[in-house]
Amino acid sequence: MLPLVLSLMTRTPSGGLVALRVQHLQSGFPSPAISWNLIEDMQTQLQYAFMQNAYLAGAIVAVVAGVVGYFVVLRGLSFAGHALADIGFAGAAGAVLLGIDPIFGLLVFTIGSAVGIGLLGKRIQGRDVAIGIVLAWALGLGVLFLSLYTGYASEAYAVLFGEILGISVDDLLVTLLAGVIILAAMAVLYRPLLFASFDDEVAEARGVPVRFLSMAFMIILALAVSEAVQVVGVLLIFALLVTPAAIAERLTARPGRAIAIAVVLALAFTWAGIFISYYILYPVSVFITTLAFGSYVLVRLILAARARVVRRPQQALEGALA
Amino acid sequence: MTASVLLSVLPPFSFNLVQDVTNMLQFTFMQSALLAGTALAVVAGLVGYFVVLRRQLFASEALSHVGFAGVMGAAVLGIDQLAGLFGLTALVALGMGLLGKRARARDVAVGTLLAWVLGLGVFFLSVYINGGGPTHVITLGVNTLFGTILGLSPSQALLIALFSAGVILALLALLRPLLFASLDPEVAEARGLPVQLLGSVFLVLVAITVGVAIQAVGILLLFSLLVAPGAIAQRLVARPGAALLLSAALALAFTWGSLLLGFYLNYPVSFLISTLAFVSFVATLLSQWLLQRWRQRAPAEQRPTAASTTSRS
Repeated sequence: MLPLVLSLMTRTPSGGLVALRVQHLQSGFPSPAISWNLIEDMQTQLQYAFMQNAYLAGAIVAVVAGVVGYFVVLRGLSFAGHALADIGFAGAAGAVLLGIDPIFGLLVFTIGSAVGIGLLGKRIQGRDVAIGIVLAWALGLGVLFLSLYTGYASEAYAVLFGEILGISVDDLLVTLLAGVIILAAMAVLYRPLLFASFDDEVAEARGVPVRFLSMAFMIILALAVSEAVQVVGVLLIFALLVTPAAIAERLTARPGRAIAIAVVLALAFTWAGIFISYYILYPVSVFITTLAFGSYVLVRLILAARARVVRRPQQALEGALA
Repeated sequence: MTASVLLSVLPPFSFNLVQDVTNMLQFTFMQSALLAGTALAVVAGLVGYFVVLRRQLFASEALSHVGFAGVMGAAVLGIDQLAGLFGLTALVALGMGLLGKRARARDVAVGTLLAWVLGLGVFFLSVYINGGGPTHVITLGVNTLFGTILGLSPSQALLIALFSAGVILALLALLRPLLFASLDPEVAEARGLPVQLLGSVFLVLVAITVGVAIQAVGILLLFSLLVAPGAIAQRLVARPGAALLLSAALALAFTWGSLLLGFYLNYPVSFLISTLAFVSFVATLLSQWLLQRWRQRAPAEQRPTAASTTSRS
């Protein structure tokens, strides 16, 4: 995906980031300075409609990512999530080439690939290879589209980084609708999907339609990726899908609680990222991914330290007995 | 060297393949492309077989992104880009070797790391753009990452060939223990093989392969060559030695075929390679499925005769 980023950036005359920055400086954005009175800072930010929209859209995406992400981690689909995001970008590039809305290219490519991956790799073992092969080909198509496309690629660029500071009320409503549909589908599939994810074979023996669930979840994942791309970009959705759920899974074994933790963490990372990016003009995804990864490392370190503390008296006891 | 300039000088395709190839090889850039492409195809085919066998596709994909962040980071910090590239990828590869042994835990850990590395890559990029930094570095990045296999100088091609030879030699030296550890890690560990160390060393080899490819032909081309040949070989041949050879041969065939097609058709070589690889994989799956169905039907028709022969004897 990153090679594609580079190509787009060299094709945009001033570079998309500069364009975005100038754009939101022109839209009456004051030179921001943090006062360290967080409530006051928040009030300052929320005076702007585009900041309100950013926080709301970020919240919707974070909740969806937390719920879907728990199953991504549980089912070992991190690679699939990453691949779908990359593939979505190739689709968006194709749509830009054809002059249609990138979201159509995104949906066609992600859903098509989700079905393709599901068909090619039936067993968990084979799925990894199927994902790799579909991903490699989609990226190849992306290269072809980009080599054919010579225009200004800001639309495709927005797909990559998202335009969280440029979300209109209409975008917000579309995101909300998509989020509600995805969450409703997850609510319907929740129990059988959980069963199938924990124990594939027993679930199948009990008559749970495992193959159907697997395919349905891949399509939900494709929708979640496409939904989030408009708001937070291809890069970010992956971080929000995997990392909060990975932390949650380490903290608790109970599914309901883990999903709640994943949602809260995704929300916290997103809002904190938006908050920081108001003052420091780098892409939101930089802050969100760094916050998420930092938390993940911290949690693993704390858990490892605790495990050692718990183990030490045991070892002493064993030593005394020996 | 833009395509339009090339087209005006290029000889037309003549359906006489020998003649076409000789025409093609008159150009220095095609000689370089062929040398680098051949070396990388062999490395990718051999390493790729193990990547597929060990189910480390996601790790390889992540390493290629790490390599990219390494190049950009080195450029931002003003250190040598090759040092940043090989240093960071090798370091992360060693770290990945130490990650969880269970497949799912590893998957999650790699994913988490990858998400951050992507963020880091964006950060380095935006440092450039915000600072109005040297755009030629970015252009250079594009050229190398995207697979300008047709734009290599002879010395670059030679360097790639040398690095590739190094990786191949290291892989051959480790061949037997690595195969054992990949096919049956538990028995190998019980026999006293350092399975985890082998895993780390193998990932470092993947990292070097990624590094060489980034300098020369791009992540994308490498990833197609890494996955499809190994996967096809594994489906067709059970014996590891033969599968390794087949994997390297397929990678070579894809590369040579795409270079030839790319020379005459004016499509990006990496697109052609990824398409050849994808089509071959799907064709393999389909033919195996058809064969299986045919075999299932055949015994059903033969069963009465088989039964009659046994009863006769």
